[in-house]
Amino acid sequence: MALTLDDVKRIALLSRLSVTDEEAGQVLEQLGGLFTLIEQMRSVDTAGIEPMSHPLGGVQRLREDVVTERDDRAANMRNAPAQQDGLFLVPKVLE
Amino acid sequence: MHLASVAALGRALASREISAVELARLHLSRIQSHPDLNAFLDLRPEVTLAQARAADARIARGEAGPLTGVPIAHKDIFVTRDFCSTAGSRMLRGYMSPFDATVVERLGHAGMVTLGKLNCDEFAMGSSNENSYYGNVLNPWDKAAVPGGSSGGSAAAVAARLTPAATATDTGGSIREPAAFSGITGIKPTYGRASRWGMIAFASSLDQAGVLTRSAEDAALIFNAMLGFDPKDSTSLERPPEDFARELDGGVKGLRVGVPREFFGPGLHADVERAIRAALAELEQLGAQLVEVGLPNAGLGIAVYYVLAPAECSSNLSRFDGVRYGYRAEQYQDLIDMMSRTRAEGFGSETKRRILVGTYVLSHGYYDAYYIKAQQVRRLIARDFEQAFQTCDVIVGPVAPSVAFDLGEKTADPVAMYLSDLYTVPGSLAGLPGMSVPCGFSPSGRPVGLQLMANHFQEAALLRVAHRYQQATDWHQRVPPGFE
Repeated sequence: MALTLDDVKRIALLSRLSVTDEEAGQVLEQLGGLFTLIEQMRSVDTAGIEPMSHPLGGVQRLREDVVTERDDRAANMRNAPAQQDGLFLVPKVLE
Repeated sequence: MHLASVAALGRALASREISAVELARLHLSRIQSHPDLNAFLDLRPEVTLAQARAADARIARGEAGPLTGVPIAHKDIFVTRDFCSTAGSRMLRGYMSPFDATVVERLGHAGMVTLGKLNCDEFAMGSSNENSYYGNVLNPWDKAAVPGGSSGGSAAAVAARLTPAATATDTGGSIREPAAFSGITGIKPTYGRASRWGMIAFASSLDQAGVLTRSAEDAALIFNAMLGFDPKDSTSLERPPEDFARELDGGVKGLRVGVPREFFGPGLHADVERAIRAALAELEQLGAQLVEVGLPNAGLGIAVYYVLAPAECSSNLSRFDGVRYGYRAEQYQDLIDMMSRTRAEGFGSETKRRILVGTYVLSHGYYDAYYIKAQQVRRLIARDFEQAFQTCDVIVGPVAPSVAFDLGEKTADPVAMYLSDLYTVPGSLAGLPGMSVPCGFSPSGRPVGLQLMANHFQEAALLRVAHRYQQATDWHQRVPPGFE
């Protein structure tokens, strides 16, 4: 498979990363090398092999659906880039 | 005192030969006299000294443990309440966490005193520490060389005797490779042993915390305090507590050491191979038996890793959107533009490359061909190890194909950089515990690391083999010139 400049721009959009045409071109070149490496893996016969998502075959543990964290709004908002009256500020979404 | 081991420092503190405050001041002053290494990102002497005073009070009350008052420093991937937590990224410049990572909390409960936070590759992505927004770290053995990565600050600080120990994390080799490049001891436990709570996430099915120390004995002592079940981490394993130092004096007589033929192929540099072969001969001399093993799929590790790790990273890093915390772009038009510019400006180029690759392999039409395929090959790699451990107790080989490379040598070629992790990635994919111990030097004076791997939960056995080797050799006691 050959990645195109349009692919790079599309995945940048999906990734919410703004890229200039020049940057997209550089990325395309570098990803080309990486995908050549990744292609090695695609020729392996994996028929009937169960995909491995956890190295020890673990199952996600469940717990009771109860509140375990205390409410600490001041500490949790301390790092917000913009806030007012205990709320996060973002650019207007609806007119 | 800065040359003493964690074990010896614990004894000196218990016998009141030195106080925790004196020890903290001594190390802070060493850190301040070597700023050129760029190992530390945040120092707060008032926090460190308050912790040291509390440790001294605990010792005075007779409530001290073996680590009480011993200094440590944390990789900047672990969030801390009292120091900034940046993950080496512009995105988290100045970030103050509302809580401590479980690993930090547990070591704090044991009475260890935090010296500060250590530089690393951005979000732990890299093999040379050159991807940190806060600049390179220099290798104390040779300032033209990289210290390894991603735990480069941790490795340089331990090697330069600025701290007796440091926490680190390993996703594909980020503990073992910098330990090898910097001539120190490093160990990552079995996946699920160390809590990931408060460890800024990169690739969650691979990320594991471990330590960098000067000896296997010191690593065992720290593991005793650091590892264990944490209900706050959904992949943490529920296992009874263990004494990781219990087998240290067991020796290696009759031990079956597996030597994987694939780790001695054409990619391995001659100066590394020479030191590794000598170490294998030493183990044989000490009573171990060498057996050849095969890991036929290990060579596919890098390809598999560079599908899975970016996929998990693209998902984990979607939380950085400039809304709730972290960097926000100055100029933007609307919400989407704000997020896209924030991420373009806040992340470095390697991080962005991995987010793009991850987004691509997870996108519609490519998911099965890349992501599922990689998970299948991951299982084949893990099966190779299962087979190999039928005929051997530990697997021993090189950590990296070469000694530390020069600063700037591989920055223009990401794939060349990725191949530094050729021998460490397979064990990470299988979730195995792995170690690096110093075993010699190249003719240019750069350290070589010996990799030891064992089956799941066999950390105590790994530490025993490493300890026996370190009793018979003195590579781990060598100090870089200028840092004695």
